[in-house]
Amino acid sequence: MTVLVIAEHDNQNLKPATLNALSAAQQLGGAIEVLVIGSNCQAVAQQAAAIAGVSKVKVSDNAVYAQQLAENTSQLIAKLAPAYSHVLAPATTTFKDVLPRTAALLAVNMVSDVMAVVSADTFKRPIYAGNAIATVQSSDAIKVLSVRTTAFDPVSTSGGSAAIEAISDLFEAKQTQFMGAEIAKSDRPELTSAKLIVSGGRGVGSKENFAIIYALADKMGAAVGASRAAVDAGYVPNDLQVGQTGKVVAPELYMAVGISGAIQHLAGMKDSKVIVAINKDPEAPIFQVADYGLVGDLFTIVPELTAKL
Amino acid sequence: MKILVAIKRVLDYSVKVRVKTDHSDVDLANAKMSMNPFCEIAVEEAVRLKEAGVASEIIVVSIGSKAVQETIRSAMAMGADRGIWIDSGEAALSPLTIAQLLAKVVQAEQPSVVLLGKQAIDSDDNQTGQMLAALCDYPQATFASKVTIADSKATVVREVDGGLQTLQLALPLVVTTDLRLNEPRYVKLPDIMKAKKKPLDTQTPESLGVSLNNSVKMIKVEPPSERKAGIMVPDVDALINSLKNQAKVL
Repeated sequence: MTVLVIAEHDNQNLKPATLNALSAAQQLGGAIEVLVIGSNCQAVAQQAAAIAGVSKVKVSDNAVYAQQLAENTSQLIAKLAPAYSHVLAPATTTFKDVLPRTAALLAVNMVSDVMAVVSADTFKRPIYAGNAIATVQSSDAIKVLSVRTTAFDPVSTSGGSAAIEAISDLFEAKQTQFMGAEIAKSDRPELTSAKLIVSGGRGVGSKENFAIIYALADKMGAAVGASRAAVDAGYVPNDLQVGQTGKVVAPELYMAVGISGAIQHLAGMKDSKVIVAINKDPEAPIFQVADYGLVGDLFTIVPELTAKL
Repeated sequence: MKILVAIKRVLDYSVKVRVKTDHSDVDLANAKMSMNPFCEIAVEEAVRLKEAGVASEIIVVSIGSKAVQETIRSAMAMGADRGIWIDSGEAALSPLTIAQLLAKVVQAEQPSVVLLGKQAIDSDDNQTGQMLAALCDYPQATFASKVTIADSKATVVREVDGGLQTLQLALPLVVTTDLRLNEPRYVKLPDIMKAKKKPLDTQTPESLGVSLNNSVKMIKVEPPSERKAGIMVPDVDALINSLKNQAKVL
């Protein structure tokens, strides 16, 4: 039994989400190989080869894979998959796009958002925005799984020395062309792997007012998140959204500021170790999941907090 | 140009989820059911494309028991022209089976654009659109926040983890909708009355030649572990003190 884990990366660096997926792979048992698909991505392959427990790294390095378009990468993964018992990847937007397409090419079902490995064929996953946990058993010959990264501790990035093997198969669908991307550049920690997060909601009131959230986050060395309402209102870009259909986070500390706590938001953060809620409405549902609640005006509380930390 | 929209009937987003006491599934008895919010966004986008003169016909398809006819009528009230109900009874279908059924409809109808919600808020799979694209060998634009169709090409802005990505795709294609693509309209009573007269065709998995194999079996469903109720702190100093000395996270 050999498990294939597909690496999340940006052609230069292996993303931490891959380390969580590797952790889930270890729980399945068997040998673990990593597949890196990209362009000029040899550095990523070397980072993957250095991870303890990885027995081999396969790297498909070609300009056609620069943007990892699903039409191309799904065919490559489907070609390699029959040699493996399981194909895993973190449940990032890259693999939410690619893995179901891969599974359909293999004529198998897929298990999304695995949050616990019960056995090699049985998994737990959240349904209904995490308001119910389903245990599912797959009888497919190749099990295609996406992994909820917050549910698995990352493996160590060192201690291994796997062989790197080049893969030469090329798949290039001409119907899809990459036109461009607006990728947010930030010196703040990445939301999905941050230890501390300060999140703002509708109560923050405007794009300008969000400055107080950024100021507090910077004082704490925290990442910044937001509720759907704040993103919909245009206060912050979409990549900050935490929730059922946005990012799922589980930091040591999640500070919810001016967030009422709709179930769709709670679905993305309720596994945080410590939750703090700051809201002027004492009846806000966020207080029902908060370890520490502070009722009051966020425009007074947040600057005071920033000053006193 | 024809647009096919696939929609799903789900537990209404505002209803509190209750797990059955025998842990076999979520309890849907007598619960309010609605069109999946992402599917509503897909229908709205199709209607806007028709209003803009890009599309000429909107066909809406849904799979399930008799009750999904009501969901199809809701889409018709929003502006879809005709419907296809695939009567699968009460069977639990996997995304792959659903994609196989939809692929048969795509084959028969030959739409230029297939629109689906990116995920259903009950099973939270986020798979069907991508699987359908694979089975039809169509390009896919998932998690769309802007769709422009001109000169037989679609330009789609997608919401990705790092921000936004823009793709240009040849038709026919599959698009799955994200939250910010549009805000679905409220339907008016006359439109609801009109929708009752629109054509609704019935198919079955047998008539489409698809067998219902589900290789992923639901063993049990449990409620999530509850968080313990916390404490209210009176002021900022008390909060800092608690975080430093009690929770030890600062």
